[in-house]
Amino acid sequence: MLTLYKQLPNFILTTKLDELLNWCRKSSVWYMLFATACCGIELMQTGGPRCDWDRFGAVPRSTPRQSDLMIIAGTISYKMAVCTRRLYDQMPDPKYVIAMGSCANCGGLFKHSYSVLKGIDKVMPVDIYVPGCPPRPEALTDGLLKLQEKMQKEKFLRS
Amino acid sequence: MIRTEEMTISMGPQHPATHGVLRFIVKTDGEVLHEVKPDVGYLHRSMEKIAEKVGYISFQPYTDRIDYVCAMTCNHAYAMAVEKAAGISAPERAEYLRVIASELNRISSHLIMAGVMAMDIGAFTPFIHAIRERETVNDLFEMLCGARLTYNYVRIGGVSFDAPANFKEKCVEFLNHFEPIIDEFNRLISFNKIYVERLANVGVVSREDAIAYNLVGPNLRGSGVRFDVRKDIPYSIYPKIDFNVPVGIGEAGKVGDCYDRYMIRIREMKESCKIVRQALEQMPEGEIMAKVPRKIKPPVTEVYSRCESARGDMGFYLVSDGTDKPYRLKIRTGSFSAMSIVEKIAPGLMIADLVAFISSLDVVAPEVDR
Repeated sequence: MLTLYKQLPNFILTTKLDELLNWCRKSSVWYMLFATACCGIELMQTGGPRCDWDRFGAVPRSTPRQSDLMIIAGTISYKMAVCTRRLYDQMPDPKYVIAMGSCANCGGLFKHSYSVLKGIDKVMPVDIYVPGCPPRPEALTDGLLKLQEKMQKEKFLRS
Repeated sequence: MIRTEEMTISMGPQHPATHGVLRFIVKTDGEVLHEVKPDVGYLHRSMEKIAEKVGYISFQPYTDRIDYVCAMTCNHAYAMAVEKAAGISAPERAEYLRVIASELNRISSHLIMAGVMAMDIGAFTPFIHAIRERETVNDLFEMLCGARLTYNYVRIGGVSFDAPANFKEKCVEFLNHFEPIIDEFNRLISFNKIYVERLANVGVVSREDAIAYNLVGPNLRGSGVRFDVRKDIPYSIYPKIDFNVPVGIGEAGKVGDCYDRYMIRIREMKESCKIVRQALEQMPEGEIMAKVPRKIKPPVTEVYSRCESARGDMGFYLVSDGTDKPYRLKIRTGSFSAMSIVEKIAPGLMIADLVAFISSLDVVAPEVDR
């Protein structure tokens, strides 16, 4: 095997099928344009010119059916939680969730409120939690990079 | 006349043109709207109840989250309400810093509105331009208070931090850079033929309707009513400052159409630049915080304070029972009344025009639901 590998010309790279698929997936994470509250403005600015998520292959999509990543940007009230879960169910697999900001993580400032869901992880699985109220674009970008690391390690073919 | 079947469509709560989580239950006949019912409450966070629980000083950060696009004016209105109840008066330098911060925030809020409106109509590039400029305003706020979006800068009795040494230069530098950008933005999108055609004569709100439905701020002025809290019920240092209040004149069509409401915001950005320049010039040295007790206990009283936010007249009605927590805090916001006029104006419009109409009202979801 090793001798065969050494005979290959320089421009041919070898990899595992798993890693190739994961590399493709992580380099085009399309996130859903879905913002509920304050963090939505920071999400817009993260997609904007200074932070520029297009660098990482992450572009916004308006519909859940075309997106791989859902960023819960903002407070989720009980009334909204039902809709959010329905949106999550509409996304095709494999799908990922980033909880952005304190409200989505644990209720945050609105812990005292009678109408706010205390953490989005009560209704859907969450991959990355980004702390902050609201998180800076740099923090959210770090969250995306962490998610890409996680995606690179996924084992879809050997479950 | 051919009648086709009437359809009921739910627009939202996740819809790219509804700015967050607004929902409209729409009855249409083909493309023509018959009935539009706003369904609010998807972002109800019970702010008013929280205020009764956490007390006067602790509620200050929550006011950022009522209107996060223009948080400084919210801070300002709340601080004014408590100061009025407790008989505290802020030092003059603090008042100037408050006005500078509010006006810079008004610029960034109108930038979001102009950019998002163009995006809803279908032009993505102006949005990127607007966000680029907004980042510069955020840098200025970071110099002032270290935060980018939820500032908690205006406090009861003053402001939290003094302006750093080079703030004035940076601010003037930004204004010098920004004023030509408004013209560039106008050339890019505001005078674009397609854009004007999409907005002119669409969603006309007459002067009478605007008053009857209690529209405030740029939406009211778009219909030709010259009312601005900064001019008519002056507060803080606004009487010392010379600025104009732009009103809608029906540039491209009728008075009170979407284009008028849009252009009001563009003009207000220029006026805000003027206000910031004057305030920077006049700003005295001195204290930035009055002597405020650790626990604020206003006497038994009722106060109402109003403030011109980017979305219009923002009011805080405060009932104090003599303890360190408000008995009742009612927040009156412009977006809520703007939502109610959708039901009146929308029938007869096309679905695509509804998107333009909603974005021209510049509704922010948490301001509707609080």
